[in-house]
Amino acid sequence: MKRNWRRGFGARAAAALVLLVAAMPAWADFGLLNMTEGVTESSRQIYDLHMRIFWITVVIGLVVFGAMFYSMFRHRKSRGVKPAQFHHSTAVEIVWTVIPLIILVSMAVPATRVLIDLEDTSDAEMTVKVTGYQWFWGYEYMGEDVQFFSRLDEASNRARQLGSGIDPSSVDNYLQNVDRRLVLPVDTKIRFLITAEDVIHSWWVPDLGWKKDAIPGFVNQTWTVIDEPGVYRGRCAELCGRDHGFMPVVVEAVAQDEYEQWLAGQRGDDGEAARTAAVDGDDAGARLAAR
Amino acid sequence: MTATTHDDAHHHEAGYGGLRRWLFTTNHKDIGTLYLLWSLAMFLVGGAMALVIRAELFQPGLQVVDPYFFNQMTTNHALVMIFGAVMPAFTGLANWMIPLMVGAPDMALPRMNNWSFWLLPFAFAILLATLFMPGGGAAGGWTMYPPLMLQTGDAFPFIIFAIHIMGISSIMGSINVIATILNMRAPGMTLMKMPLFVWTWLITAYLMIAVMPVLAGAITMLLTDQYFGTTFFSAAGGGDPVLYQHIFWFFGHPEVYILILPAFGIVSTIIPTFARKPLFGYSSMVYATASIAFLSFIVWAHHMFTVGMPLAGELFFMYATMLIAVPTGVKVFNWVATMWRGAMTFETPMLFAVAFVILFTIGGFSGLMLAIAPADFQYHDTYFVVAHFHYVLVTGAIFAIMAAAYYWLPKWTGHMYDERLGQWHFWLSTITVNVLFFPQHFLGLAGMPRRIPDYSVQFADWNLVSSLGGFAFGLSQLIFVWLVIKCARGGQRAEARAWEGAEGLEWEVPSPAPHHTFDTPPAVR
Repeated sequence: MKRNWRRGFGARAAAALVLLVAAMPAWADFGLLNMTEGVTESSRQIYDLHMRIFWITVVIGLVVFGAMFYSMFRHRKSRGVKPAQFHHSTAVEIVWTVIPLIILVSMAVPATRVLIDLEDTSDAEMTVKVTGYQWFWGYEYMGEDVQFFSRLDEASNRARQLGSGIDPSSVDNYLQNVDRRLVLPVDTKIRFLITAEDVIHSWWVPDLGWKKDAIPGFVNQTWTVIDEPGVYRGRCAELCGRDHGFMPVVVEAVAQDEYEQWLAGQRGDDGEAARTAAVDGDDAGARLAAR
Repeated sequence: MTATTHDDAHHHEAGYGGLRRWLFTTNHKDIGTLYLLWSLAMFLVGGAMALVIRAELFQPGLQVVDPYFFNQMTTNHALVMIFGAVMPAFTGLANWMIPLMVGAPDMALPRMNNWSFWLLPFAFAILLATLFMPGGGAAGGWTMYPPLMLQTGDAFPFIIFAIHIMGISSIMGSINVIATILNMRAPGMTLMKMPLFVWTWLITAYLMIAVMPVLAGAITMLLTDQYFGTTFFSAAGGGDPVLYQHIFWFFGHPEVYILILPAFGIVSTIIPTFARKPLFGYSSMVYATASIAFLSFIVWAHHMFTVGMPLAGELFFMYATMLIAVPTGVKVFNWVATMWRGAMTFETPMLFAVAFVILFTIGGFSGLMLAIAPADFQYHDTYFVVAHFHYVLVTGAIFAIMAAAYYWLPKWTGHMYDERLGQWHFWLSTITVNVLFFPQHFLGLAGMPRRIPDYSVQFADWNLVSSLGGFAFGLSQLIFVWLVIKCARGGQRAEARAWEGAEGLEWEVPSPAPHHTFDTPPAVR
């Protein structure tokens, strides 16, 4: 049996090598390995929590797997060792119950602090209502008389059809572009009211640090303060049917005065058309998207 | 000590031969074999569905299937793997091994045993037939969240019916396991002397009896919402879609432990054998398993941190979930301590068991990360979660089942399996499964949601790697199929105690285990 194992080893190593070579093209982009730090205070706190737990697990892993591998190399029958017969030690077992408990507390304390902060939607300076539809988003600036729908952009929509023959990499921001962006001011505490019209969706922009389910008949709330102007892209994160993969979210964060200007512009004809359209629901959304 | 009274090892029920033997059998070994072969078949069917998913995700753009069919594949892949592959595999192992391990002549309720198996082919015939019905099969995810699930076409009642049948089958299997373990142990085998596999199955069986009816309730409420005008889950009629999620996960979270506790038992059996050293901390293993089972009932809402729960709820479910790390850690430490200063050899069952400990622990680490509610807001419904539960269920549950199959194949067939093929299967599986699932952690953290048929181009590279790993992993499993066929047909004869360090009553009877064993109960010290 042991001889077989040795003979097989070379062949197995070769198989592993072939696999690694086959995976080579992927080494072109190593950039995508970790969570984004994002552009809000909460997203940075969440990133810190994430890294903290990650490193704790890495250390535990090194200790546990280290002990295992040491044992596997040193305590092999082929080295002529005689097996020990111990099978119990209350002291050891108490130690390895109590130490993990302490580690868990050290994780729970900061996590609790961040969670309490994340759930505090008080003192918001403005409110945006987000509504999920199959399969696009509706945005309403509460009290501002502005609302519109936001859909997958035309170029992505054409390219994503089955057998379209269009190379996705030739499309700008394939599947993460919309016809109308959600424009938001920076350095402003924005409250989001999130709901849905038909099935459950989930509104997610990784740079903001959270996602929140959009549930028909219920209104969830959450908040953000965006630090830096920029375009932040996200997508629906809850399985919502056939076109679940095709309802991106694009947030454009701009300076306060720029935002005011934009808002004023929206109250014109565009805004009027969107308001009328909203009454008709899905069909109107389609017309809007076609525009 | 030999408790075999029948000389002819393959004595069958009078009058039944060929097909009728398998149709009408009440023998725990035959039924165990049926369950195991069924589960292998479903593993290949569910695997084929996974390959459709990986083929579509091979590169950005839609090339192979349309998005609706893609959703049917993700949904049915999950249902087939959970209810068709993993659970029946464990039930098959329970049927084969529990009576042998506790010194019983058969399962306590043999005719019900026959029925609980034969329900499965009917349930899955219905489930798979829904893929061809007008409007298509289930496409709302295996969790079947309303209102999306209510948009299913004509297949809707058939899906519910199929799941009800699977649930009935599981409950009957569990009743049988509990009745056998509690009533039919050999004299002298106290509860705290039972092999760990028996212990973990006893606890699992209670979990199943507790939560399968909950699932049945949830899907029945879906059914009445669809056809009888109730509005349990519709806000328009005073119901609540989130109520469904609470009920579902009250079933669903214990369910994931149903899928892993017997694996703990298997690994706790195999590691001492090949370390030639008794299991470290037997009683703490039992208590840890029981604690995990208890905790599994109070953590369900960690699947729903993003639905908008009150802060107090989120805190409670976060703390409770983190607590599970303690008993799980105790188990891992005990396995390492069992290996410590043993005299180890690494035959295929041991390789799979060791890989289980390492890779399942990695799945546990990502589970701990997911438990942290604020961080979960980013991880939730991404490929990070997909990577997490595949580490737990593929390199966890399925690797343990593989380990068990290699470990007991000599007992089942009377032949040693081909060790060289076994080693090939192990190394190819272990390398490719990591190529398949490890990059999915990166994809999830980088922002790729799960259950999407197409993705933006920045996710292309790791998806390519993952798909290559997926195809290679799928093909590697064919080695196992060939190995099982080869082993059943013949090979080096296995001794009664096939492994040098093996302990337990199952190794006291000849290999293959005679059709009837323990007509007189063996004595246990």
